[in-house]
Amino acid sequence: MKEMHLIENILEPAEKKASREGVGNALVEEGEKNENIWAVSADVAESTRVQKFNEKFPKRFVQVGVAEQNMAGVAAGISSVGKIAVMSAYAVFSPGRNWDQIRVSICYNNSNVKMHGSHSGLNVGPDGASHQALEDIAITRVLPNMIVISPADRIEANKAMKAALAHNGPVYIRTSREKTPTFTTDKTPFEIGKANVYRDGKDVTIIAHGLQVYQSLLAAEELAKEGIDAAVIDCHTIKPIDKETIIEYAKKTGLVVTAEEHQVNGGLGSAVAEVLAERYPTPIKIHGIYDRFCESGGGWELLKKYKLDATGIKEIVKEAMGMKK
Amino acid sequence: MFKKINNVKQLKLKANEIRQDVVRMLNAAGSGHPAGAIGLADVYAALYFNVLYHDPKNPCWPERDRIVLSNGHVCPVLYSALANTGYFPKDELLTLRKLGSRLQGHPHKGAMPGIENSSGPLGHGLSIAVGMAIVSKRERKKWRVYCLMSDGELDEGQCWEAAMLAAKHRLGNLTAVIDRNNIQIDGHTEEVMPLEPLADKFKSFGWNVINVDGHNIKKFIDACEESKAVYERPTVIIAHTVPGKAISFMEFLTEWHGKPPNDEQAADAIKELEKQREMIEEEDE
Repeated sequence: MKEMHLIENILEPAEKKASREGVGNALVEEGEKNENIWAVSADVAESTRVQKFNEKFPKRFVQVGVAEQNMAGVAAGISSVGKIAVMSAYAVFSPGRNWDQIRVSICYNNSNVKMHGSHSGLNVGPDGASHQALEDIAITRVLPNMIVISPADRIEANKAMKAALAHNGPVYIRTSREKTPTFTTDKTPFEIGKANVYRDGKDVTIIAHGLQVYQSLLAAEELAKEGIDAAVIDCHTIKPIDKETIIEYAKKTGLVVTAEEHQVNGGLGSAVAEVLAERYPTPIKIHGIYDRFCESGGGWELLKKYKLDATGIKEIVKEAMGMKK
Repeated sequence: MFKKINNVKQLKLKANEIRQDVVRMLNAAGSGHPAGAIGLADVYAALYFNVLYHDPKNPCWPERDRIVLSNGHVCPVLYSALANTGYFPKDELLTLRKLGSRLQGHPHKGAMPGIENSSGPLGHGLSIAVGMAIVSKRERKKWRVYCLMSDGELDEGQCWEAAMLAAKHRLGNLTAVIDRNNIQIDGHTEEVMPLEPLADKFKSFGWNVINVDGHNIKKFIDACEESKAVYERPTVIIAHTVPGKAISFMEFLTEWHGKPPNDEQAADAIKELEKQREMIEEEDE
């Protein structure tokens, strides 16, 4: 197994920060080096952390107001004259509100646009169901030319945005509002399309993205105490998905559990199932939000209720063990 | 650089040629949108042969003016203008909508240089044009952006989002051209979704508005010149056109929005256009 250089004791993380911070910092760092990087925002520049870019490079920043459809078109236009355009808004609105613009103006044009959808998933909490983006991966990963990334913590989000900026073509990056432990390090590898195996195991493979990666690592610690040896994979790139790593671990463990803050229809779970069904049929439990709208509540309260925290994932894995052939 | 044609008679002949191309292309394709495309022949002739700074032999020239076609369904007129100015061989026009053709039913940016954006779903173009124009303005470039739109597509809210942003940034380097032909798929625009008072709408959004006869090439060129002179605001040219203009059985009829001419109709149309060509030839220079 490749060395992943996680923090020394994952149970004692020194920092808790939101993944959107990583994206905001990456934009400023790369913006310093590359004058071709432009940013477009739809009225939530502070929340999406693109405001830092605006403060440093106001001549390369465009504020379009509450108009996500226009934002996508403007970003496509900026990129079409040789720039790298980054557009930021909450994931429920972008790609939620502007999918047609993303499909035709960005993906069909193969525009060099990076789409940052912040405040994704359930952990946005008290704002309630209308603001909980649980469908964004399904609607982006189905688009040709698109790359879809969901980083697990602040440092990975930073690397993801830098990798996205270096890639010529459309990339969607989803981040979270909630502060979460930073457990990867500057040395942890990051390559678009290459999943990171953070924990080896022989009984079951947990595949997750975003906030659930760390929760899955905690769950695996607890499962180990009960004699279940779980591998944990950070599948940060949902498209193109790392088929080889998924198949390797399906063969090795004979059971796959996916965990994500997304509808079970069309997310990472579906993407993994597509790979396994075609290449190596394996029992799989697709865990996420089961085709429903959720509700207001604290971010962690909701994660607990919907079994997307460590305790919940552990329970789901234990139930799934019965599926093993 | 493309050598501009300043002679109105010559431009009229180009418009006639574009009309004939569109008829032949749609007849060969067996599907497509004739009325809007034919109605726009004069506008496209004026733009591509006179107004634009461009270089068909060097289509990616960075300093070129940009044309963003927003109502992609009229693309046969764009393809004909591109072919007639030398972007690609004219015989390729008859491949429109066919398997393997670069001339997609709605334009694809990746298909060939000269097509600046993919389009099809309405309402996208002005946003793209605004993005381009902001870059050109901030970087103090000379190139301008022309966004070609339909009237029916103004039903899409995105157009107005983009119109607000263009005014915010005082994009004097942006000219939108609206094909005011009063038709859309379900009927006349004022019945389907009234747009009037259209000029007042744009004025209230902070735009310079010019109404022009979209079949008067000289006046259309003058309107484009005025839009360059008004440098502190974006300009919209509302080009009043007749759908199917110059083909008597097609003019004004909404049924020709999305139906191609059959062989007999195409032959009649070409005959009529040939007569008009002869008449233009006889005009004074």
